[in-house]
Amino acid sequence: MHEWALAEAVIATVIEESRKEGLEEITKIKIKIGELQQIETEIFEFALNELTKAQGTSLLTKMKVEMDTERAIFRCRVCGNEWGFDDAGLSEDENEAIHFAPEVAHAYIRCPSCKSPDFEVLQGRGVSIESIKGRG
Amino acid sequence: MDPRLKIIDKRLAGIKRIIAVSGGKGGIGKSLTASVLALTLSRLGHRVGLLDLDLSAPSLHVILGIEGIYPKEEKGIIPPEVHGVEFMSIVYFTGDKPSPLRGIDISNAMLELLAVTRWSSLDFLVVDTPPGIGDATMDVIRWMKRAEFLVMTTSSKVALETVKKVIKMLTELNVPIIGVIENMKMGDSEVVKEALKEVPILGEIDFDDKIEDLIGDVNKLLESDFAASVKEIALKI
Repeated sequence: MHEWALAEAVIATVIEESRKEGLEEITKIKIKIGELQQIETEIFEFALNELTKAQGTSLLTKMKVEMDTERAIFRCRVCGNEWGFDDAGLSEDENEAIHFAPEVAHAYIRCPSCKSPDFEVLQGRGVSIESIKGRG
Repeated sequence: MDPRLKIIDKRLAGIKRIIAVSGGKGGIGKSLTASVLALTLSRLGHRVGLLDLDLSAPSLHVILGIEGIYPKEEKGIIPPEVHGVEFMSIVYFTGDKPSPLRGIDISNAMLELLAVTRWSSLDFLVVDTPPGIGDATMDVIRWMKRAEFLVMTTSSKVALETVKKVIKMLTELNVPIIGVIENMKMGDSEVVKEALKEVPILGEIDFDDKIEDLIGDVNKLLESDFAASVKEIALKI
């Protein structure tokens, strides 16, 4: 996923949730990012900082961000084999395509054992905000 | 909670109307109609976007005759302008490779595309959906809350049987239906009007046996009888 788009989505969610909960200052958020999203942590943190500054609100100035990347695990629906993102042996262009639209992994990744494209992503897809901590 | 869900409304906020082109069966002309409708609305002076949500079988790029065009990366993804229309498709990322997506994959791919695509201010976003009431259509209803449906059918009993279910589903969910378009019309049969009395028939498009030769050539496509019929419909939307 594109880092700036994700950062924008995170900020929008945090602001909305803090309003709902009546928080005046967010101290910490915890984000889980699937490996399949192919997020560059440094760019994401930079985007998050820039967007926080642009908000011009004291709500986010002390916000610490804890990020946890969940390793992607794929399981073949045909032969049951399980493997990880690094085992897929993707080219730079393929990685780039997956970065923009993670589900296109289904166009580029095949089961290393039986070559089937019919696999499920057991874990390591999507993004979620696990927790938001702050003061009211 | 998934932060991508919160950003979708913001991404679509600058769009005045979202028109989802739907139908019960494949091969009834949804994609061609969606493409020509978007091009026509653009020629009528509107700012228009076109989104291909047939993620396993994207085809609008073929109708538009696009090759070697990619979106720009700028704090998300900016859909390139093609023949005056902002165009977004998963094909930019899959190329000619098949992408076998199952239910949850389709929802995830759609969520991602909607979250990262930065449309400009548009009068219309025309959305081509796969046939029936599967994942993509249900996700359009769930995530593109302002979508209005343009429902396509032919007079074939097979198409009519399935489109009735689409209309029932949309009605049950209180989703606005702009109207029905009867495509590939042959003769003066009233069978569609009789079968779908509960929704307005927005227009009829005669069977055009020359249209296949014009696929990929936008200028010729817009000069066709097919496009003339779509223009009449566009003026009613």
